[in-house]
Amino acid sequence: MDAFTVVRGPAAPLMLPDVNTDVISPAHGGKGSLALSAFAPIRYLRDGGDDPSFVLNEERFRGAPILLAAQNFGCGSSRESAVWSLRALGIRCVIATSFGDIFFGNCFQNGVLPIVLDETVLDTLAEEVADGAPLEVDLRASVVRSPRGVSIPFSVDPLRRRQLLEGLDDLDAGLLRRDEIRAFQRTDRVLRPWIYQVADAGASPTLG
Amino acid sequence: MGGRTLVDKIWDQHVVAELGDGLDVLHVDRHLVHDVTSPRAFTTLAERAVEVFSPELTFGSPEHSVTILSGRTEESNDMSRTFVPLLRRNFAAHGLRLFDIDSPDHGIVHVIGPELGLTLPGATVVCGDSHTCTNGGLGALGFGVGTSELTLVLATQSLVQRRPKMMRITFAGALAPGVEPKDLMLDAITRLGADAGTGYAVEFAGPAIVALSVEQRMTVCNLAVELGAKIGLVAPDDVTFDYVATRRFAPAGAVFDAAVAHWRDLVSDPDAAFDHEVELDAATVVPRVTWGTSPAHSVAVDARVPDPAGAPDENAARQWELAQAYMDLQPGQRLEGLPVQWVFIGSCTNGRLSDLEAAAAVARGRKVSPHVRALVVPGSRAVKWAAEAEGLDRVFIDAGFEWGEPGCGLCPGLGGVTLGAGDRCVSTSNRNFVGRQGVGVRTHLAGAATAALSAIEGAIADVRRV
Repeated sequence: MDAFTVVRGPAAPLMLPDVNTDVISPAHGGKGSLALSAFAPIRYLRDGGDDPSFVLNEERFRGAPILLAAQNFGCGSSRESAVWSLRALGIRCVIATSFGDIFFGNCFQNGVLPIVLDETVLDTLAEEVADGAPLEVDLRASVVRSPRGVSIPFSVDPLRRRQLLEGLDDLDAGLLRRDEIRAFQRTDRVLRPWIYQVADAGASPTLG
Repeated sequence: MGGRTLVDKIWDQHVVAELGDGLDVLHVDRHLVHDVTSPRAFTTLAERAVEVFSPELTFGSPEHSVTILSGRTEESNDMSRTFVPLLRRNFAAHGLRLFDIDSPDHGIVHVIGPELGLTLPGATVVCGDSHTCTNGGLGALGFGVGTSELTLVLATQSLVQRRPKMMRITFAGALAPGVEPKDLMLDAITRLGADAGTGYAVEFAGPAIVALSVEQRMTVCNLAVELGAKIGLVAPDDVTFDYVATRRFAPAGAVFDAAVAHWRDLVSDPDAAFDHEVELDAATVVPRVTWGTSPAHSVAVDARVPDPAGAPDENAARQWELAQAYMDLQPGQRLEGLPVQWVFIGSCTNGRLSDLEAAAAVARGRKVSPHVRALVVPGSRAVKWAAEAEGLDRVFIDAGFEWGEPGCGLCPGLGGVTLGAGDRCVSTSNRNFVGRQGVGVRTHLAGAATAALSAIEGAIADVRRV
């Protein structure tokens, strides 16, 4: 996994609520690659050309490494391809007022930093970067620096922060120690034997 | 120490280790695996030479890619031709239990998990699928994960998780006759918002929930994620224990009795503190249908498409405008009577026997409109056979519905059936997102009876009229 320390560049405002993972990474109407398929349902015109009203099609936001979003970004399906699609577009950080929970977790396994900011702070920020002026996201200091030099602190789980800084997903980070899990299962097997004794009664299930 | 919530109690029983700052290593009791989100996880295991940690706790079914039309095989479409054998190979390589496409136990994982007694009250259930919350209908703590976390579960039977905030939604009153749990939840999601549950585990409670069957509770919990909550569940009770008692893989005899004694404690304490509590009235809920591209875009079936000018804020107004443009609807337009070309009855939301019974009650003695292709897709082969034992297949076929084979089917626009751009589909599934059922397809979410009547009338219909 790629480490995340400082990311600087234009921040594209996609200020729609509930942008779901079916839109970010569509199962249908793909264009052959994650990068070309990302946001396809709202990115292209019916004739296949770029829809000029989609923010990442604006010249100043092409290749922007930061996305600004409204509430519940990444809601819906658990598909991790939503995060892979953002990465394929070069997006390393999404700043929103809230995120879909599963998407939020998936970000950290792929070197993408999801930041939650208050709506008023985010709206002000969106106005400030609307002309494509670069935003700086500094994970080492846990601050976002606006083009005018305003520092906006953000919070992130300390463990998740460390993992991103070091470029380690949960497997690499060795967070899940097999001996501890075995020990848990040995104890738990006595307390809740029905979880571990998956006996096959062999009969077809009855319904009711 | 104050009282604990149902979720706290289940959570506490599964903490393998505390990592600090509120992150826990959480044990996974049941790992459900399907064909589409798992291949990359198995590739990662192979690359890292890692074995599956607890093969006996891992179960799979090819559900997403399979064709749902009668007479299907894995050769019936290109996707299943790839994904079904791949899942079979991956499962064989690690000695995992697969309910394969021709197995009597095949079906959608969230339908067969409970049906086979694999999903149990108080168990943690994880799957690479956001609708794993469906399993909460039995009082299990189920949630969806991405492929990276799915890989971790295969490799360690555990996950690093932050304990969610706690929300309780209490439904007072009782559902009116003919109103489905689907309507109840569309109403709740519209009232509260598609992001209301973000960051929370939601316990559904109150007399309207207690009165539901386990199947109906699964419909409620299935839609928790459409409210934004990764986890939704109902406290297990005697209804649950009776449901579990006869299941194929459920504990039996003295172990079952011990389990029930344990499960009886799985209720929120009277003094449990929730971060957020909501009370809603079930009695006033009527059949609903969605007009837009979020499950929160629903209205009473006899109501009109709302005006974006009435949206809660500017961003939402823009969202409503885009949704109405995509759906080719105008503010003030009536939904009832809107012609549709497709009807889909099935999915992990509404693909269980009681859903098919509700649809069949409407379909009996009537005929599907000649302008509509209507598919009824049982959630599992067991559901299919149980429905056939009641003669429901004849009811549907005589009425002109297609009687399919189990799978996710049209919910994610799969199943060997392709809808065209601009087509309108009344669907009992869970998502009406842009492009979800196919490029340009317009989805109207509804309950099973509403969907059945819409097929017959060839247009969105109010089931209270029949």
